[in-house]
Amino acid sequence: MAEPYTSWGLYPKLPQRGVTLSWRNQAFPAIAGEVLPRGNGRSYGDSCLAENGTLIDARGLDRFISFDPTTGRLACEAGMLLADILDVSVPRGWFLPVTPGTRLITVGGAIANDVHGKNHHRRGSFGHHVLGFELARSDGRRIRCTQDEEAELFPATIGGLGLTGLIVSAELQLVPIEGAWLDVETIRFEDLGSFFALSTESDATHEYTVAWIDCLAQGSALGRGVFTRANHARASGGREPRAPRRIPLTPPISPVNGWTLRAFNELYYRLPRAPRSLQHYRTHLYPLDALRDWNRLYGPRGFLQHQCVVPATSAPEAMRAILGAIAEAGDGSMLAVLKMFGDMPGRGLLSFPRPGASLALDFPFRGPSTLALLDRLDRIVMGAGGAVYPAKDARMSGETFRRGFPDWQKLEATRDPKIMSAFWRRVTADTRKES
Amino acid sequence: MRKVLILGATSAIAQATARLFAAKGDHLFIAGRSADRLEMVRQDIAVRGAASVGVFAIDANDRARHEALLDAAERAMGGLDTVLIAHGVLSDQKACEGSVERALVDIETNALGVIALLTLVANRFEARRSGTIAVISSVAGDRGRKSNYVYGAAKGMVTLFLQGLRNRLAAAEVQVLTIKPGFVDTPMTAAIPKGGPLWAKPEDIATGILAAIEKKRDVVYLPWFWQWIMLIIRMIPERIFKRLSL
Ligand SMILES: Cc1cc2nc3c(=O)[nH]c(=O)nc-3n(C[C@H](O)[C@H](O)[C@H](O)COP(=O)(O)OP(=O)(O)OC[C@H]3O[C@@H](n4cnc5c(N)ncnc54)[C@H](O)[C@@H]3O)c2cc1C
Ligand SMILES: NC(=O)c1ccc[n+]([C@@H]2O[C@H](COP(=O)([O-])OP(=O)(O)OC[C@H]3O[C@@H](n4cnc5c(N)ncnc54)[C@H](OP(=O)(O)O)[C@@H]3O)[C@@H](O)[C@H]2O)c1
Repeated sequence: MAEPYTSWGLYPKLPQRGVTLSWRNQAFPAIAGEVLPRGNGRSYGDSCLAENGTLIDARGLDRFISFDPTTGRLACEAGMLLADILDVSVPRGWFLPVTPGTRLITVGGAIANDVHGKNHHRRGSFGHHVLGFELARSDGRRIRCTQDEEAELFPATIGGLGLTGLIVSAELQLVPIEGAWLDVETIRFEDLGSFFALSTESDATHEYTVAWIDCLAQGSALGRGVFTRANHARASGGREPRAPRRIPLTPPISPVNGWTLRAFNELYYRLPRAPRSLQHYRTHLYPLDALRDWNRLYGPRGFLQHQCVVPATSAPEAMRAILGAIAEAGDGSMLAVLKMFGDMPGRGLLSFPRPGASLALDFPFRGPSTLALLDRLDRIVMGAGGAVYPAKDARMSGETFRRGFPDWQKLEATRDPKIMSAFWRRVTADTRKES
Repeated sequence: MRKVLILGATSAIAQATARLFAAKGDHLFIAGRSADRLEMVRQDIAVRGAASVGVFAIDANDRARHEALLDAAERAMGGLDTVLIAHGVLSDQKACEGSVERALVDIETNALGVIALLTLVANRFEARRSGTIAVISSVAGDRGRKSNYVYGAAKGMVTLFLQGLRNRLAAAEVQVLTIKPGFVDTPMTAAIPKGGPLWAKPEDIATGILAAIEKKRDVVYLPWFWQWIMLIIRMIPERIFKRLSL
């Protein structure tokens, strides 16, 4: 079924149409007006929506170009899904060096948001493993970009929100693995302080670390949660997980409400777990992919994500303030995820990952009260010297964005004049001179 | 390990099918009219695990080179056991009504080119008493409609030709598979507004093609529900049908 173009959070709702590309030697589409490159639409807010509604749908650019199983160097078209790369590379002993919590995103989208994963402390973000890419600009130029050859466009495009041109293809360096399974440890912790201690300890020994936080817990239990840490394993755990199930339609009323959230958080925290187990990479790294179109569970009004990063020094205080604000609003989040980023600075002008603690939350959209809560979270993040992640955003103020990404003007200077997203218009609107 | 020749290998449905063959480690020989595009497809299916990938640039209507195409495929793969014919053009019905030339060119591509190659393949497979011939026809070939009867007539000719060929080759144990997709989201249908449950993805069609080949099916509608839709459409009396806008 051909699906309409939405953002993953189904908010905001802006009508979109797509011009599809099928071949990488096709010219940049000659369309009057502004356009926006589109990957698989897994960005939550309006960074994957075109300001005027015309997308260049790059999903048809999904071919491999070359793969060397002796070196792990891979070249592919930019609309290829990470899932397709893994299907081919894992049986040959190679893994993506960095992967977000879903494998259903494209290589182009991974570069444009310089995405991170549970191993940021070890590997940095996606851009660190990009050897080069080809960029198609609306003036017809094709530019091969590497760190050395294109000192401006290369860093502008990594984390460049699709604004510097259409990424047509890319070369990536994969990492060797011994099998498809992970050795996973799960540890329940009682409060935020224990999280920071567990993180410090585990980041030295484990490739993947992350925590789920019960964001409805208050008082002395504030910040309690479940920590997982994992390494690639040599052993196999048996049968592969089964194919994804699907949410067939959007329920008219969201089953995600205060009551179910409270029940979910309590249960999830208490759930008895094997302290150590072998898990298939798909089960451990992509639990949400097991339920296709799960975003529909939030109902027709959609939902919002909020992901921030704050420097380590201010992290304990800021996280306490954020969790306090959420618990107070009673507007909890099912998927509250906390992770310490490592020290490696991003290679992109506007890379989101930076040293510190990153908290990701989601909220069913309930109108002004939801927006007010998120504004309150922004203020805490700004006070702590942090930043809010554009890939997950649909509402932050221009000022919040620009404080978190002070190099935004350099990106604006390299932006392809024909490309514009609803996000970029929104966060730069108040800086444009009225004409 | 199959030895597969695909004509029209740059089609979206053919590419998706070639990926499935490649993942199974089959040998592939891909033919089509654009050398650039064939090269991109070759690189892709080589990475996806094909035992070998050969390339042959040919216009499907260049009938003088059909023998050369089959020879080249057999030479490259050390044999040939499966042929998939996938090329086609969706006719601009209005243009065909206004131009004899347009109508005949499309009928040549969608039907005559296919039949020409099939004739040669059939003789080779019959002599060997084995092989699989799979051809993408269309539900449009099941009944003529005013919106696309030039395309439909060509597909209908292919369907009927395959039916006869299947009857002839049954004795030689050669599989002849008629593939009838419904609406598929591919470059061919780029101009048509899409949405709704009737539209399938090329990957879904490819999965159906591979399954039909492996199950030695004769005719397959893809997705399956088109069999029932077309049954109803074929049952409408002509007296009524001629007044409908479908
Ligand atoms: C369940 C889930 C979990 C997630 N977990 C994480 C996580 O752990 N870490 C993380 O960093 N992110 C995470 N994300 C966010 C997601 O990884 C990013 O939003 C990613 O960029 C989406 O890629 P996409 O292919 O869907 O691109 P889209 O969302 O379609 O587009 C994203 C951006 O990339 C640009 N773009 C896409 N293709 C091209 C191209 N070919 N050329 C130029 N620009 C292009 C677009 O213009 C847009 O600005 C998650 C999302 C989901 C739904
Ligand atoms: N899409 C649908 O809804 C649908 C429904 C039913 C049946 N079908 C049939 O499915 C088959 C595949 O089509 P598709 O949907 O995958 O569309 P597609 O991607 O547009 O493929 C059509 C292919 O036909 C090739 N072609 C056209 N004329 C040719 C010629 N003279 N010589 C060689 N190759 C030629 C094209 O080659 P170039 O790449 O060089 O242009 C292209 O690869 C076709 O037979 C079509 O009729 C499609």
